[in-house]
Amino acid sequence: MKSRPTGEDIAVQLDAVTKRFGKTTALDAVSLRVRRGELMTLLGPSGCGKTTLLNLVAGFLIPDSGEIAIDGRRVTDVPPYRRESGIMFQQYALFPHMSVAANVGYGLKMRRIAKPEIARRVAEALALIKLDGLEDRKPRQLSGGQQQRVALARALVIRPKVLLLDEPFSALDRNLRASMQVEIKEIQRKLGVTTIFVTHDQSEALSLSDRIAVLAEGRIRQLGTPDEIYCRPVDRFVASFVGDVNVLHARVEYIEGATAALALGPARVLVPAGTLQGVAPGAVVDLFVRPEELRVVEEGGVEAVHGIVAAQIYQGGHVDLYVDVPEAASGRVLIRAPGRQGMSLWPAGTRIGIGLAVDKAIAFRAAADAAVTCGHA
Amino acid sequence: MPPLLSRRLLRLLGGVTVTAILGFLLLPALVVTLAAFNGKAILSFPPETWSWRWFAKAIEYQDFQAGFRNGLIVTGWASSIALVVGAAFALALERYDFRFKRALETVLLSPLVVPHFTVGLGFLILAAQLGWARGYAVIVACHVVLVLPFVLRSVYISLRNLDPRLELAAASLGAPPLRVLITVTLPLLLPGLVSGWLFAAILSFNEFTASLFVTAQSTQTLPVALYNYVREYADPSMAAISVMYIVVTATLLTFANVFLGLAKVLNVEHPR
Repeated sequence: MKSRPTGEDIAVQLDAVTKRFGKTTALDAVSLRVRRGELMTLLGPSGCGKTTLLNLVAGFLIPDSGEIAIDGRRVTDVPPYRRESGIMFQQYALFPHMSVAANVGYGLKMRRIAKPEIARRVAEALALIKLDGLEDRKPRQLSGGQQQRVALARALVIRPKVLLLDEPFSALDRNLRASMQVEIKEIQRKLGVTTIFVTHDQSEALSLSDRIAVLAEGRIRQLGTPDEIYCRPVDRFVASFVGDVNVLHARVEYIEGATAALALGPARVLVPAGTLQGVAPGAVVDLFVRPEELRVVEEGGVEAVHGIVAAQIYQGGHVDLYVDVPEAASGRVLIRAPGRQGMSLWPAGTRIGIGLAVDKAIAFRAAADAAVTCGHA
Repeated sequence: MPPLLSRRLLRLLGGVTVTAILGFLLLPALVVTLAAFNGKAILSFPPETWSWRWFAKAIEYQDFQAGFRNGLIVTGWASSIALVVGAAFALALERYDFRFKRALETVLLSPLVVPHFTVGLGFLILAAQLGWARGYAVIVACHVVLVLPFVLRSVYISLRNLDPRLELAAASLGAPPLRVLITVTLPLLLPGLVSGWLFAAILSFNEFTASLFVTAQSTQTLPVALYNYVREYADPSMAAISVMYIVVTATLLTFANVFLGLAKVLNVEHPR
């Protein structure tokens, strides 16, 4: 089970897959290619179709139209027991009447592998997840974290062509969650197993994935690396679903090639023009800026806008400032100020100037319902 | 100190009430048990002399032997058939959506509200109309109808408590449907199946009203044989049989408790 070469080697392929439940369309002509050895995350709010997609790959559901292939073999209507996918459910779904060893060995037994070989591979898998010595326990005698490891071992021991993880961390408490994430990522890298990971937790998606597919209403809104998704969202939905974001009102000065220049107060912000097609100069657009790209400007610096600090939240490594900026934003603006000096420098009620990193923002057409005048810009 | 006194009185009263209720529940069994050991040939309470002889007489009595054997045959077939049929219907009702699902459920549970008298009479008329002899088949069919709701409920509750993802996990690990059923579904449903069968067996073995209609002299079950006996004689062998009934049933339940856990068998506890 050593690392296989990555690149354009496709492990799982979906072509125009559609799945309906009664009158609702859960997946609408979705196409997706998962590269071999890659950890692909399906991220989206509940009801976006991500779990349906996972169930289609596992074979628990059959698509209404479209094709699914695993490892180059068409499996669209192949039943789950002939797909060689390993799945790990949210509540682990360990067989309660079997020991840990029997749970992990189940898939091997179904493959009619000889007993000594099963014993050897089960021991190997339990060593991998650091649970050797607990072979004879029943699942109910294990902690939540241990149960999850057993479920992972059970899915991995059959050397699946694709590992499917269905919200695996949501049942764990915060501390355990972080350590299990690191562990699963490590194991996944070590084995080089192609993995599809379903979650609604954007921070989990950003920290674990090689690539993320953001889903909404049965469609893939954006497919890209965590960095692309975070820094170059293609639409308002992706921008606001992934990470914290501020929406500021800015005016288009000119569009030249792939770049648009926006005026935010006296400051000029350059953004990619791709998301502003059909917008005329002079129009007011929504500028999406991450909290860490905003900063409090010292006296004499170039300030984009002004605001009054409404609250400051101490976060240890940084300070979160919530600022009222009536001239440029309808909601409160969040500024993530590194270090600790923010607490003493800008107490609530202070009037501050706000500047932004000029090349890290992105703009979208103003939302129809956010018709707010754009201050003096 | 009046408040303290009243509280003590209340507690005393509560204790007396609970004891009285429990005593009341056990009273018939107690009276019959004592009557079974009467040395004299009359059903009287309390006995004046003590003896085991009525047990011996009851066991040796031909009609009781035949009734016991018939009862075992009917119970064995009826509860086993009811188990298979009930489990299949329970599975259909729990797993699938179809038209007339509510209607089917109502029909399947209807023997709970139809008197046994009616069911027995119905089978009697039906058997006569179709020209069937009053053999085992009619009795078994009648008992299946009567115990089916209990099996159905028992299996249905077990199915509800079974996580469908366990079966999905097994399938994704390479188990075809039949192996999923054998290695995952059935073992997890076992407590429900056993409790369903056990209740069906106890009910069927004790069933009297409907059996009276559908049994003949040669096929009469034990309760019917007892009834026929008590119409002619009134000696303590009746009581002796009753004591044996109690002992056998209690043994069965103890067995179920030791090997499966009574809480699970009665579906009080979550099986997982």
